[in-house]
Amino acid sequence: MFILDHLWIIIALPLLGAAINGLLGKNFSKTIVNSVAISAIALAFLSFAELVREFAQLSAGQIPVVKTYFTWITAGQFKVDFSLQVDQLTIIMLGVVTFVSLLVHIYSIGYMAHEEGYYRFFSYLNLFVFFMLTLVLAANVVLMFVGWEGVGLCSYLLIGFWFLKQSAISAGKKAFITTRLGDFGFTIGILLLFWTFKSVDFGTIFKQLVSTPPEAAVPTGILTTICLLLFTGAVGKSAQLPLYVWLPDAMEGPTPVSALIHAATMVTAGVYMIARMNPLFSRAPVAMFVVALVGALTAFYAATIGLVQTDIKKVLAYSTVSQLGYMFLGLGVGAYASGVFHLMTHAFFKGLLFLAAGSVIHAMGGDQEMPHMGGLRSKIPITFWTMFIATFAIAGIPGFAGFFSKDEILEAARASNPFLWALGLIGAGLTSFYMFRLIFLTFFGKPRYDEHKVHVHESPHSMTVPLIFLAILSTAGGWVAAPHLVGGTEYFDKFLHPVFTMYAPAATVGAEGAAEAVEAPATMLLHALTGWPVIIALAGLLLAWWFYIKSPQTPKKLADSLRAPYTLVLHKYYVDELYNAAIIRPLLWISTNVLWHVVDEGMIDGTVNGVARVARDSGRELREIQSGNARSYATWVVIGAVGVTVLMLGLWGMVR
Amino acid sequence: MSIIPISYYLVLSAILFGLGIVAFVFKRNVITLFMGIELMLNAVNLAFVAFARAHNQLDGLVFVFFVIVVAAAESAVGLAIIITVYQNRQTLNSERINLLKF
Amino acid sequence: MTLPFIVFFVCAFLAVLGALTLILAREPIHSALALILVMVSLAVLYLLLGAEFTAAVQVIVYAGAIMVLFVFVIMLLNAGVEERTDYSKLAKFAGLPLGMFLILFLAHWMAHSFIGQQIANGVAGTNTSVSTRDLSAQLFQTYLFPFEATSILILIAILGALVLAKKDE
Repeated sequence: MFILDHLWIIIALPLLGAAINGLLGKNFSKTIVNSVAISAIALAFLSFAELVREFAQLSAGQIPVVKTYFTWITAGQFKVDFSLQVDQLTIIMLGVVTFVSLLVHIYSIGYMAHEEGYYRFFSYLNLFVFFMLTLVLAANVVLMFVGWEGVGLCSYLLIGFWFLKQSAISAGKKAFITTRLGDFGFTIGILLLFWTFKSVDFGTIFKQLVSTPPEAAVPTGILTTICLLLFTGAVGKSAQLPLYVWLPDAMEGPTPVSALIHAATMVTAGVYMIARMNPLFSRAPVAMFVVALVGALTAFYAATIGLVQTDIKKVLAYSTVSQLGYMFLGLGVGAYASGVFHLMTHAFFKGLLFLAAGSVIHAMGGDQEMPHMGGLRSKIPITFWTMFIATFAIAGIPGFAGFFSKDEILEAARASNPFLWALGLIGAGLTSFYMFRLIFLTFFGKPRYDEHKVHVHESPHSMTVPLIFLAILSTAGGWVAAPHLVGGTEYFDKFLHPVFTMYAPAATVGAEGAAEAVEAPATMLLHALTGWPVIIALAGLLLAWWFYIKSPQTPKKLADSLRAPYTLVLHKYYVDELYNAAIIRPLLWISTNVLWHVVDEGMIDGTVNGVARVARDSGRELREIQSGNARSYATWVVIGAVGVTVLMLGLWGMVR
Repeated sequence: MSIIPISYYLVLSAILFGLGIVAFVFKRNVITLFMGIELMLNAVNLAFVAFARAHNQLDGLVFVFFVIVVAAAESAVGLAIIITVYQNRQTLNSERINLLKF
Repeated sequence: MTLPFIVFFVCAFLAVLGALTLILAREPIHSALALILVMVSLAVLYLLLGAEFTAAVQVIVYAGAIMVLFVFVIMLLNAGVEERTDYSKLAKFAGLPLGMFLILFLAHWMAHSFIGQQIANGVAGTNTSVSTRDLSAQLFQTYLFPFEATSILILIAILGALVLAKKDE
């Protein structure tokens, strides 16, 4: 059980790669830099493969495997170990993270080939993988938070990779600060968690939840508060309403970064966290509803913005926000496995979409605006076909990965709350529409760019091969969870079943089983293929085809006739401006006028200068005593003598 | 013959000491200032002798002896200094000797 | 009113009178003479206390040598009436209160304190005076070291006075 005993190897490999590249990379050639980085991730991936093999040999009672390596913090009752755990959920997340990051690393060889700071990029990427793996493997919430913060840091570093560009630096700061707000709630949640359960270790907490008798159980109110606080961290990190504003700006970073961090891994940390904490959430129905509501609203809201954006990466960014909303919707209605499943499929197709977009941008010589594109289909075929497949996946067309995951979520939502289901459904339609809009604008129609200025060429193999891999997964990846009815193995749900039932409250276990055995298999198949999600998705496809291929003047006419709503949505509902005016300006004003002038200059400087002033002035006064007049001196001597005499005789009573 | 209570001597000593201090503070002529010091020393001598009598020991008297000797030495040196100061500043007014300052 | 008391009060009165004259006199030479008066009356008081040797030493050394030195210097420097300068505010305002306070404090303490009472009450009543023999025995045996040190002190004082008073060549 080599890897199981030495889980730290998986984490240490990317860290080592980051260190070598970061410290020595300046002197390395490009080949060495990327060899170091890629071998680090590849070895991590191989370790993961070995881990799967070993994991398969374990019996049910041995899961989850927890390995403690050393005690990190001890302060009274507060004890945090560096301990890593592996269960089925961890395996899924590890697989997604290591595989997708491996593909992104390979892609980056080609994409970043002409960049300054090549070694820095790979160092940061490896560092990011290190933190993400820490987050996923952590066996206690504090260590998870270390990973949480660390991926935030790497996100900041990578968004602001082109640090000479003002907009990039601002975007990095925005990302960090916005997620900070969420992290604040998360920290308080951790504190409350510790205060309630006297431990931060997952196993300990969950066992406490299950084993305390009902009369001594933790009040639901406290559990709800903890869950809501933890969820605010997820809102920040996974870019939900209202803290999503950093993700579109994060597109300033290089496209591989967008693919890895802002599609496949970091933004899914929030989803993972809630899935990991499912025993807590299952016992706090109010928190679950909030999660589902926020998820559904975000899914719908972000989809509306994505309809009219013109920058190809911005469309994908809003699409990510929207899909994350779906994941939270799934988690919120109790379908944890579905949420995680969508996480996995989303990593595949969204990662593919971003990488393909990067390929398009590379082909266009850096231009990201879709109105400048068109007719690229024949010129960059591999990119086109892979992106096309990914679009089918995200739209939820049957047969591709996204269909199964999105369908499961919407089914669970329908069983739980019709309003949320409606939001999710409309959002699915919008998703289909804008994604096909993207494809049609970019690849179909007549080229809208000057063919003499821009030389469109296919990307090198280092970029196209990962695209192909991901395309395969976007298609086949869905079948691991497909229900029996369509020939799938329903393996995914079964695989994750123990994670979500080991500590579940008694009531929900039965409900999950009930939800599965609803109809006979054949009718379920028919139902699935003619269900609302499919209809909506096809409707979106048709509408996009109509708007952008059949009658291309329709979008403009519609936009002109609906000028006001169009402008509103085009400017992202003016949310950034709103935040700026309502929050940032007042804060700046307070910082300048109150904290700087009053506190810093007035009080602190005043105190320090005041002390100096007192010393100087009193010194000046005391200096007058030394007048030079001998008679004064004589008097002073006498005063001293009399004083001592009086003290000795009278007060001290030395002479009794 | 009855004995005079020692406290009488001590009170007298105290009065003389205080007057010596007043003289030391108030007189401007440095020589007179000096004489105030001598007066103080005399007052202390009286106290010593009185205590020697009170405790019936000789130590007080020995001390008086030493005080007188030291006072002699001190006045010799002090007056020599006064003469030097007079030679340099042409004044015996203690307030005019004002160079000992910042 | 026995003789000792009368002598005591007369001498005390003279001593205080001399001290006051020292303060209030305008000419330094008058102050010097007043100081001599104080010393002589103190010598009588010493006699009253039975310290004959001390009284003798007081008159011979203090009144006879030191005060002569003072008078000599006064005459040498032709010290006249001192001018009325008023530079030191501190001395003007703090001097008298200080002196008065100290006198009263000490006097009170001497008269009423524990030691004062003890001394006043529990005095061994001997009228005998101290013999010079005993005094010298103490001086040369127990206090031999201070004696020798004092002689060195006098030597240094002589040298110092010589150096200081020498005219610059």
